[in-house]
Amino acid sequence: MALQESLLPNRGSTIKRRRSLWFRIHLDPWLLGLLFLLLLSGLLILYSASGQRLPVVTAQVTRLGVAIVTMLVLAQLSPGALYRWALPLYLAGFLMLVAVEVMGDVGMGAQRWLVIPGIVRFQPSELMKLAMPMMVAAYLHRRPLPPRIRDILVCALIIGAPIMLIARQPDLGTSLLVACAAIFVLLLAGLSWRLIAFLGALAGAALPLLWLNMHAYQRQRVLTFLNPESDPLGAGWNIIQSTTAIGSGGMQGKGWTLGTQSQLEFLPERHTDFIIAVLGEEFGLIGMVLILALYLLIVIRGLVIANSAQDTFGRLVAGSITLTFFIYVFVNIGMVSGILPVVGVPLPLVSYGGTSSVTLLAGFGILMSIQSHRRLLAR
Amino acid sequence: MPKRRETLKDPEQEVRVFRNRSILAVVLVLLMSTGLVARLFYLQVVQHEVFITRSDKNRVRVEPLPPNRGLLMDRNGQLLAENRPTYNLTIVPERVDDLDATLSLLVDILELPDTDVASLKKRSRQRQRPYQPALLLSELNEEQIAQLAVNRYRLPGIEVEAQLLRYYPDADIMSHVLGYVGRINAEEVKTLDKGNYAGTHFIGKTGVEREYEDVLHGQAGLRKVETNARGRVLRELGRTDPVPGQNITLTIDKKLQQLGYELLDGRRGSIVAIEPSSGEILAMVSSPGFNANLFVTGISHKDYQGLRNNPDLPLYNRAIRGQYPPASTIKPFEALAGLENGVITPNTTVYDPGFYKLPEHSRRYHNWLRWGHGRVNMRRAIVVSNDTYFYNLSHELGIERLAEFMHRFGFGEETSHDVHGAASGVMPSDEWKRARYGQVWFPGETLSVGIGQGYWLSTPLQLATATAVLANRGNWIAPHLARRIGDEPLTLPKTKQDIELANDEWWDLVNKAMEDVMIGSEGTGRRSGQDLAYRMAGKSGTAQVFTLANDERYNAAELEERLHDHALFVAFAPIDKPEIAVAVIIENAGGGSSNAGPLARKMLDAWILREGKPEIPDETSDASEEV
Repeated sequence: MALQESLLPNRGSTIKRRRSLWFRIHLDPWLLGLLFLLLLSGLLILYSASGQRLPVVTAQVTRLGVAIVTMLVLAQLSPGALYRWALPLYLAGFLMLVAVEVMGDVGMGAQRWLVIPGIVRFQPSELMKLAMPMMVAAYLHRRPLPPRIRDILVCALIIGAPIMLIARQPDLGTSLLVACAAIFVLLLAGLSWRLIAFLGALAGAALPLLWLNMHAYQRQRVLTFLNPESDPLGAGWNIIQSTTAIGSGGMQGKGWTLGTQSQLEFLPERHTDFIIAVLGEEFGLIGMVLILALYLLIVIRGLVIANSAQDTFGRLVAGSITLTFFIYVFVNIGMVSGILPVVGVPLPLVSYGGTSSVTLLAGFGILMSIQSHRRLLAR
Repeated sequence: MPKRRETLKDPEQEVRVFRNRSILAVVLVLLMSTGLVARLFYLQVVQHEVFITRSDKNRVRVEPLPPNRGLLMDRNGQLLAENRPTYNLTIVPERVDDLDATLSLLVDILELPDTDVASLKKRSRQRQRPYQPALLLSELNEEQIAQLAVNRYRLPGIEVEAQLLRYYPDADIMSHVLGYVGRINAEEVKTLDKGNYAGTHFIGKTGVEREYEDVLHGQAGLRKVETNARGRVLRELGRTDPVPGQNITLTIDKKLQQLGYELLDGRRGSIVAIEPSSGEILAMVSSPGFNANLFVTGISHKDYQGLRNNPDLPLYNRAIRGQYPPASTIKPFEALAGLENGVITPNTTVYDPGFYKLPEHSRRYHNWLRWGHGRVNMRRAIVVSNDTYFYNLSHELGIERLAEFMHRFGFGEETSHDVHGAASGVMPSDEWKRARYGQVWFPGETLSVGIGQGYWLSTPLQLATATAVLANRGNWIAPHLARRIGDEPLTLPKTKQDIELANDEWWDLVNKAMEDVMIGSEGTGRRSGQDLAYRMAGKSGTAQVFTLANDERYNAAELEERLHDHALFVAFAPIDKPEIAVAVIIENAGGGSSNAGPLARKMLDAWILREGKPEIPDETSDASEEV
């Protein structure tokens, strides 16, 4: 079966019967297959990156299990239900952000967690990663597109309020990524180029303001990014060690579990944010290109699903989730390889950690819902 | 465009716009991915060599293995400097997040109220290269080690290191001979062989420890180890063992050295004893001594101030740096100078009315005996230590000939083979005075020099050396402290010419006169010469510290103790086959014959009559056995 044919849904009679089977369980086989391939690769790297500790891998498998179930459940919901849930979710997320602001738990110098004692520790900003694009898409769903000035201003309000709260926690990275998700909705909705240029200029002008409002550690990260050698044992350590790990991997890598940078613990945060450096060291450029290709296939499949969606909401949400996913990948690899400043963004579905995997796979659940709830004869 | 149409949704246009934007997004995604791949290509292919080197440098560490320092022993194999295992505390500042906090925590844990954080901080910077552990504290006790073990998790970058520490068992007695080792300071780092000293914390600062630093230190080894990011060694990749420093057997006899120290009994002074046949220094005492062990691990400010402010200057090595007027002890040498230059014969006499006047000058140069010794010849002039005879002799010799002759005995020169920091003294001359003071030499100054006063200064080591050469009948030997280095006996280069006199019998004449100093009825040293079991030669000296005005009389009771005369005595024995030559100086002790003489005698007795002395086969009896 040719790739092109298979990636484009709803075409050709040979796959109609199989499609109807996947349709009944509301899953997208291609997306599912690519995701499982990615998750398996991730576990393989994690085993090496954790210093070959199996308990770390099994813990991650458990978390991924929860995430996969979340994805499967969300896939069963109809886009209509998701559309109706957009506003309540958004409001709930917003209220929880306010609650964090008032009484949140402080961890690692930042106030991000909402704790209901004995039950759950929860990051409301994580919920916002999905609720935000859904809310903006739901709003635009009923408006004429491309959006007009008045609608854009409403969207700016919807986006701005929670972003401010997340940035105040302070979690600049997440706030930018949440903002990104919402802005992708606007861009895909057809925001005029003139406005894009205007807003871009505005953002550029706001940069010095942003700098003045940054915390000391955030400024340090930017400065370190600009010149990591200035503080080789302090803030620059991470980036020097990660580029060393990747660079020393060469074309073919040092072999699985044989990377000295990773195994001898020179690489910091090697099984979380910097896990791609382990891949780079142990599997070389070939491994890096393969994993990047896997991510790209997932992105392309996501955009294909978005384009075949049958209403505005589905299109915008699917497109935004897919592009945001790519931004995570780009920011993480860019950071680890030293072309972007260090922001706390994990490598999607590979880095150790439960919350982000749940959010990401929930997003893909939404994509599958959109893909598999189409009326067959709509066009 | 009519306003109504804008408010309506246009699904067809929406899909078209979305598709266009999606295609644009794919293009952007591909472009960004290409950017990432380009970056990765740069890191992994273009710069691969750089990073592979850097990653190897990360994990492979070369650790120096410091060699064990050579031991120091006396001539009988008695240990004088040893290495004791101790536990040191080291710090690698690079591995410490907050240096101040860690150091103050350390002070709390180890209960070091006397140590302030600032001084520890200073020590933490005393090293030769980054990541090298710096020595913070030495000689931890067991309780401190236990406390450190318990609190180790709170003290990253702090390690307890077992190390051999220099220890001097007889520190006070030996300190000036051996010197001591101490922490390598910033000045020394500049000139060190950094590779060889990479693991070494201590270096010889003075004395033998300094002179033979190269030999004692040895050759550092190294091992290549693989470490993780926290510096823990995971495995050894390769190793070169260090070559320990060589042991040195010194010429010093510990018993004789100890006797000398005890004889001086804390007074300011020095005793140097040399074996004339070899130049081996048997004893080299400077009193008072000090505890050199204090310096090994870094002396406390309080202790150091105590030593510095002690008016007796215990840190001052009088034996080699103390420059004293040799006074009458040089009269035998001067007599030889007179004979050799034909100024006198053994029978030349001078009438001594109690003073000497230069021709056409009115100033009187007094004999020590106010009423004079009457008519004196050379022998009697030495025995009674007559000044007038030697005023006359030195005047007739002139300063140039006198100085030239005295240089042959090593006066005014540093002649030792391996005595670190020995001073050269002053053998004055016209030329010297012009250079030093820009003035011409006055004839009256020759007279002062003629009785070992004036500008003439010599160290106890120089006096002992000259006496040994005299005992040798002119055979030059360089005084030295090392007897055997490792298993090799010291090879002593001939640095000065032997002294050959026109008439070899003159040696005997002078030696006989010096024997009469000890046993003659008029001899100044006769009280120290009673009941001798061997033939001893000696000469007393009393050096003026305080210059008396003309016709003024010396009254010890009226003068402050510090202005009292220095007591000197030189001696050697047995005259026929000298085994020991000695020089004694006691500062401000008064007359040499009564104060320094008995000490010289006791030193000679102790050495010549010692138990377990190897029997020297008598050549004549050997010959008779052969017959």
